Amino acid sequence: MTEPVLGKDLLGLEGLDADRIRLILDNAESFKEVSERSIKKVPTLRGKTIVNLFYEPSTRTRISFEFAEKRLSADTVNIASAGSSVEKGETLVDTARNLEAMRIDMVVVRHPSSGAPKFLADRIPSNVVNAGDGRHEHPTQGLLDLLTIRDALGEVAGRRVCIVGDIVHSRVARSNMWGLLTLGAEVAFCGPRTLMPSGVEALGVQVFHRIEEAIEWADVLNVLRLQFERMEAGFIPSLGEYYRVFGVTAERLERAPRDLVILHPGPMNRGVEIDSRVADGPHSVILQQVTNGIAVRMAVLYLLTGGGSAAGGSTQRTGSRRETA
Amino acid sequence: MSGEGWGEGVDRRRSRRPILLRGGHVIDPATGRDGAADVLIHRGRIVAVGDALGVPDDAEVHDVAGKVVAPGLIDVHVHLREPGGEMSETIATGARAAAAGGFTAVCAMPNTSPVTDNPAAVGFILKQAAAAGAARVYPIGAVSVGQQGEHLSNFGALVEAGAVAVSDDGYPVASSHLMRTALEYAQTFGIPVADHCEDRTLAAGGCMNEGLMATRLGLKGIPSASEQIVVARDLILAELTGGHVHLCHMSSAGSVDLIRRARDRGIRVTAEVTPHHLTLTEEECEGYNTDAKMNPPLQRWEDVEALRAGLADGTLDVIASDHAPHHPESKERDFDDAPFGIIGLETALALGITELVGGGVLSLLELIRRMSTEPARAFNLPGGTLRPDAPADVVVIDPTRRWTLDAGALVSRSGNTPYRGRELTGRAERTFVDGRQVYQAG
Repeated sequence: MTEPVLGKDLLGLEGLDADRIRLILDNAESFKEVSERSIKKVPTLRGKTIVNLFYEPSTRTRISFEFAEKRLSADTVNIASAGSSVEKGETLVDTARNLEAMRIDMVVVRHPSSGAPKFLADRIPSNVVNAGDGRHEHPTQGLLDLLTIRDALGEVAGRRVCIVGDIVHSRVARSNMWGLLTLGAEVAFCGPRTLMPSGVEALGVQVFHRIEEAIEWADVLNVLRLQFERMEAGFIPSLGEYYRVFGVTAERLERAPRDLVILHPGPMNRGVEIDSRVADGPHSVILQQVTNGIAVRMAVLYLLTGGGSAAGGSTQRTGSRRETA
Repeated sequence: MSGEGWGEGVDRRRSRRPILLRGGHVIDPATGRDGAADVLIHRGRIVAVGDALGVPDDAEVHDVAGKVVAPGLIDVHVHLREPGGEMSETIATGARAAAAGGFTAVCAMPNTSPVTDNPAAVGFILKQAAAAGAARVYPIGAVSVGQQGEHLSNFGALVEAGAVAVSDDGYPVASSHLMRTALEYAQTFGIPVADHCEDRTLAAGGCMNEGLMATRLGLKGIPSASEQIVVARDLILAELTGGHVHLCHMSSAGSVDLIRRARDRGIRVTAEVTPHHLTLTEEECEGYNTDAKMNPPLQRWEDVEALRAGLADGTLDVIASDHAPHHPESKERDFDDAPFGIIGLETALALGITELVGGGVLSLLELIRRMSTEPARAFNLPGGTLRPDAPADVVVIDPTRRWTLDAGALVSRSGNTPYRGRELTGRAERTFVDGRQVYQAG
């Protein structure tokens, strides 16, 4: 088998070049069709063993990966760890050694600590897919958002995409930022100053602290879930205040100069960051995101296990995982 | 205080024969001597420094031509982990690592388990150090009982047992009232209060410098304001009380500014800076390198430059390593969960020579001043000079020797250093404590 075009692991979208991102999206496009069949299965990953290792509770990401794996005919095992009593770091070293001993092919890992998937990837020969690490990256979410935007607007380049909400704690925001910048979109963040990471302007990201300005500017809003813990930690005064100042409401969208495409990675807090009339409205592509999630994950799993190496047309080979770290 | 009776850290079996270090380049910042001379030591004391000293009949003569002979280095900030953390370091391995790095004395921070907050704990450290027979180890007592930040520990009893300073290092003194009383009370005993400056409410959960790098890695940042707020508070309290505050491991440009202004006002402050904060930036954290995780975190290059300028103009008095050993398993984990700190005793001198002298920041004499004379002065320790009758704590340095850091070949029990594989220039060749050779380079 030739060297997989994506390299060994998918740890993030930072450093992943436009050719590779397009390759994943194009492959996802063809995998969409599998989910529309009455028999939703292709033999692509038959005989491959995949472990879904979730150190953090997750419903939709885990299920989406599991559907993607099953529709590709892989054998899958789910390991859910609350990460409570055992010290996380020790568990991870031992887990890596144990997985290696079980001769698995791929690990899909979600972990509350940024960098944990890289830690694992550096220590095992299996492919590692980051399913969300701390506040670092959630690359498959970023990819499915890119695919959804491309579906809605024809292309990503030149579009103005604003990510709204708790940016500082968001791995979704970071993966979206890298992917969008690489594909040539204009990127903005909108949220309270208390939830904005430092230094992003240096990457060419525009920052808004008023939702009205973001709506005026954008073609696409990607509205993040507001975690209730943020209020408890004192980053915002109250959920009511947040909705009043930053809520994406139908009234605010009506004043927009153009129709905005609305994304949300879910699960939604209706009446906190987004109004139901927007979430369920004609410009919402939130359920398409869910459908696209499976196709994107199928594409990633397929490409990491060596698929598509001829179809890539990419100029650079990446043997090194540094490139995607 | 006097060096006799406590803090010796070496056994009493001195070489009976005089030792003559012949033909070296003697650097003694305390006297300004910076040129060729012989050094004669006997009975644990410097006997004479001068040209072509006669050789006593029974003397042991070492030809040190091409080498630098200097007062032994003194590190006022190390963590030796014993008791409680012997997997990472012991007093003996730490004292030997110190000697291998050219240090003849180190001050051991009290954040061990149990905490050095009572005379028995101080006595234990001195006993272990004496048995090791390497560098001297001076215990630092805790500011507060159990380092809990509530009740002052018994400074009088600690000092009587041999403590040379007090600090809650590892934990900042959060209460301004406690810091005030510590600065007031410590004056009776002539000891500094060494503070780890950090506003825990700002730093909570952070693991590297706040900025674009932390944003990229998805790690919670610590703003340098966390350090500066406590630096400012401590300086104000030092002015209020007239006490001597010693500020540990300064890391940011803003702190250097605050200290510079405080010195202009005549406030009694001494301040230290580590070799790593003088040479590395937050970029080292790339790839979740846990050997670059320390507290205070590595900052930006502007901060490195400000620290270097502060060191050069005397705003920062002392270079201290903040030697913080961690056994491999504890650093072999994700960045959030890895402990803070790196080892430094065996790299401090070489980093000083390579980066600071080599980089034109300090002359070699000034480097020795910041690593020996000033630390002795700041903590009222014997040593730091080659004046006749000073303790025979001497280091012979090969200032041009090139070597590559092999973390596996260190004397320290731990190898957590971001400098692994780094090419360095200069190292200790021989270290004498109390007139006895305790280290010779291989």
